[in-house]
Amino acid sequence: MLAFWRHLFRRDRPESGPVTLGRRRVYIIPTRSGIIFAVILLAMLIGAINYQNSLAFALTFLLASLALVSMIHAVRNLYGLRLTRGHPQPVFAGDTARFALSLENRNGPARFALRLMLDGQQPITLDLTQNGGQWIELCRHAPRRGYLSAGRITLYSRYPLGLFHAWSNLNLAMSCLVYPRPDQERGLPPQMLQERGSAGDQGRGSDDFASLRPYHVGDSLRHIHWKALAREQGLMTKQFGGGITEELWLHWEQLGNLGQEARLSRLTRWVLEADELGLAYGLSLPDLAIPPGRGERHRRRCLEALALFGLVDGEAPHGPQ
Amino acid sequence: MGRNELALTPPGHGRLWLLGALFLVTLPHLLRMPPWLSISCLLIFGWRLLHEVRGYDLPGRWLRYLIVFIGIAAVGAAYRTLLGPDAGVALLTVMLCLKLLELRTLRDAMIALFIGYFMVVGGFLFSQSIAMGGYLFLVVLALTATLIALNHPAGRLADYRLYLSTGGKLLLQSLPLMLLMFLLFPRLSNPLWSVPEQGPSARTGLSDTIEMGSISNLVQSQAVAFRVDFDGNVPAADALYWRGPVLWHTDGRRWERMQMPIQREPPAFEVLGEEVAYTVTLEPHRRRWIFALDLPLNRPRAANTAFYFLPDFQLLSEREVKEKLRYAMRSATAYRLDTLSPAMHAAATALPGIANPRTRRLAQQWLEEGITPAEIVQRGYRLFREQPFYYTRQPPQLGDDPVDEFLFSTRRGFCEHYASAFVTLMRAAGLPARIVAGYQGGEFNELGDYLIVRQSNAHAWAEVWLQEQGWLRVDPTTAVPASRVESSVDAARFQSTSSLDDGAGFAALRKLYRQFRYGWDALNHSWNQWVLGFDRQKQLELLRKLGLHTASWGWLAGIMVGLVMAVVALIALLTLFRRPPRRDPVARLYQRFCDKLAKAGLPRQLDEGPTDFAARVSAARPELASAVQRISQLYIRLRYTRHGGTQDIESLRRLVREFKAQI
Repeated sequence: MLAFWRHLFRRDRPESGPVTLGRRRVYIIPTRSGIIFAVILLAMLIGAINYQNSLAFALTFLLASLALVSMIHAVRNLYGLRLTRGHPQPVFAGDTARFALSLENRNGPARFALRLMLDGQQPITLDLTQNGGQWIELCRHAPRRGYLSAGRITLYSRYPLGLFHAWSNLNLAMSCLVYPRPDQERGLPPQMLQERGSAGDQGRGSDDFASLRPYHVGDSLRHIHWKALAREQGLMTKQFGGGITEELWLHWEQLGNLGQEARLSRLTRWVLEADELGLAYGLSLPDLAIPPGRGERHRRRCLEALALFGLVDGEAPHGPQ
Repeated sequence: MGRNELALTPPGHGRLWLLGALFLVTLPHLLRMPPWLSISCLLIFGWRLLHEVRGYDLPGRWLRYLIVFIGIAAVGAAYRTLLGPDAGVALLTVMLCLKLLELRTLRDAMIALFIGYFMVVGGFLFSQSIAMGGYLFLVVLALTATLIALNHPAGRLADYRLYLSTGGKLLLQSLPLMLLMFLLFPRLSNPLWSVPEQGPSARTGLSDTIEMGSISNLVQSQAVAFRVDFDGNVPAADALYWRGPVLWHTDGRRWERMQMPIQREPPAFEVLGEEVAYTVTLEPHRRRWIFALDLPLNRPRAANTAFYFLPDFQLLSEREVKEKLRYAMRSATAYRLDTLSPAMHAAATALPGIANPRTRRLAQQWLEEGITPAEIVQRGYRLFREQPFYYTRQPPQLGDDPVDEFLFSTRRGFCEHYASAFVTLMRAAGLPARIVAGYQGGEFNELGDYLIVRQSNAHAWAEVWLQEQGWLRVDPTTAVPASRVESSVDAARFQSTSSLDDGAGFAALRKLYRQFRYGWDALNHSWNQWVLGFDRQKQLELLRKLGLHTASWGWLAGIMVGLVMAVVALIALLTLFRRPPRRDPVARLYQRFCDKLAKAGLPRQLDEGPTDFAARVSAARPELASAVQRISQLYIRLRYTRHGGTQDIESLRRLVREFKAQI
């Protein structure tokens, strides 16, 4: 019994792999409606005893049995579900982080009115058909840069009768990288554009087209091979050999008069601007320098460095930004 | 956590379900309530329906309060009270309807539904018949389906089959548990507190006074008076006299009972033949007396009721019989009863007033002839056979000297005419005599193996006291020969307990109808006996049969809880830990293919479709490309299109096998 309570209240260690809801992961308590139902059953029982009414007895017992059976069905509605975490796409601070999650009903009948929620967030509701599966996204506001953990995920349901609340808490070790919020001020400072050096064309031009590959979420729209789309070959992304013709350095020191978070915010904006313009850019932070480059991967690397700057274990900084 | 969910609006399809289910549950009550009240309730249902379908506004707060006030006042005005089952259930019905006008949240809907369940119990207060039981079980199914619909936000009206089948499944799984609780829940032999009167409000059956014409009205009714299960053989038809009120006092027209001290045990008498053991299930008749075969040997045994005897062998229950009453009895059909106290002698010979002078003269004449009392009884009996007396259900009206008119002029009458005329004649001759009212005969239901006694079996006969024989039963009606009986039904009454064999026209059809009627009656009888009549007594009987002799309250409760938990665990095992159904072969084969590739260092990503995966594998291991493409295409064809049959599954199996060998 003690072990049970410890199990019930312990903060589960984060799990990475797919989780199948087994016997020891689904809990159940009566809902408030369930308690009202019990009180009404008691009133019925007293009536049945007093009037010595056999059918009233039978109905009271039928409804009590119904409640007990519905308890089993409430557990079954969650039992055996398999949850797999997705990989959340990075977002900017102030946006909404979306944690994708796959629910699979591998063995068992259809499930109804399943509700999933992140701690403190609105739940989303879904049904699963027999042997069906579904990807869902749980959203949470991302206030600060750094890693935003999904935190505890609660899967619960009151199906079928609303008399019992069955739930399971999951900690799926899902975190979303949150980039600093880009500064409102748009555009790169003109002096930087002039300063940009010529570290050298390494023989591969910017339009040194290398190959086509299927489109992935996050690819720059400018690199989509629109002609291929027009030929109904699907969304393809052009890949470039990546020669660097123009490059610039985005320096931490250039923003001497700003605070740390404001600097990161400005640098984030610059990275986006530079990427938009198709420029090659490098990022120089006090403890890190990323040599100039361009493209999706480079952009991500720079933004990640900005997101995690000065943070221990990627924890979001506390206090005012 | 999720507590505010109850504050959400219930889903639209759930609200329509709720309206329908609540209508079904209130319907039996609406049919019993005063029509103007029922129509008002229906109008409120209509209002809510228009709100749901057409978006009509519901009343504002103050209007709602006003309507609630009017509703309570209306019930009070209609029933003159708000207490008791009638007014209480009517009030609950009206309030439930009014709740529809302010039902907004899921919490409101759930509570309205729970009250709906409660109203089903209200329905059982008024009728516990099989038909009502069946109807209300369907109502419970509808209410349960509604509960599911309310808790399924994504549902639509078209999902009704899902809700009905899920509700039905839940109820079916509940049945074994219900049976356990029903059989084992410790029953009290007395109510917790006294309950207001209920049951049929009109008295039915025999009355405790007899006037000429009172029984002939009763025999028109085919209603069941009581049913009898015999433990052994059924006595002969001519012994089936079911004793009821015994009437002593008369004013010449009307016969009444006599005030006598009650006693716990039957008065002593001499048993001459075999004893008959049987159980009577008496329909409620709102009177205190109960019926037993002439003459009862023991105090009846029944749960929650005590019984008393009167010295003339009338059996009384301690209170009016308002519910079906079952009691076990033993009787002796052949007996010798000598008891005649001076008070009884005086009452049994009294013939007050000057009414019926010709009858008195006839008796006087017999006495002057100097014949013995036994011969006087014979004379009296033979009178009805030898003179042209007719047995009819439509006797003519009688004037101030009813016995004189019946004996000497009209000569047409029913059993009460014959009994009262005979007793008057005997008393005029100085012999102690009394009228016994009760039932005679009955139909034997072979399907259920019991006797049905109907109101049409109501009868009255005479008892005369003779020095040598004690009280002697004389049924003067039987003196009338069959040729002078008007109705063939009446003619058959004393012939046989079973009247199945009348060979007239439509015999087969009539037989079929009888069979059906007996079948239905037998079903009702079992229902009464085993469902409605299941009380402490029956519970103990059942436990004794199961070998549990000392079943105290606590023991019983413990056994019940234990068994219920065991069954719940069993249902849980069957539903939760059932072996998972085999996945379909296509998925299994493809999984095998992916597993093999994962071992070879090419695991399929979660978000990777079969096409992307195949492309990636082909790029990484060009030598496998053709096999991978073929397997993937076949898989897609089987999985995502309507084409593909068993031969495709076979070729997929072959390809995967070859692939595993190849890699």
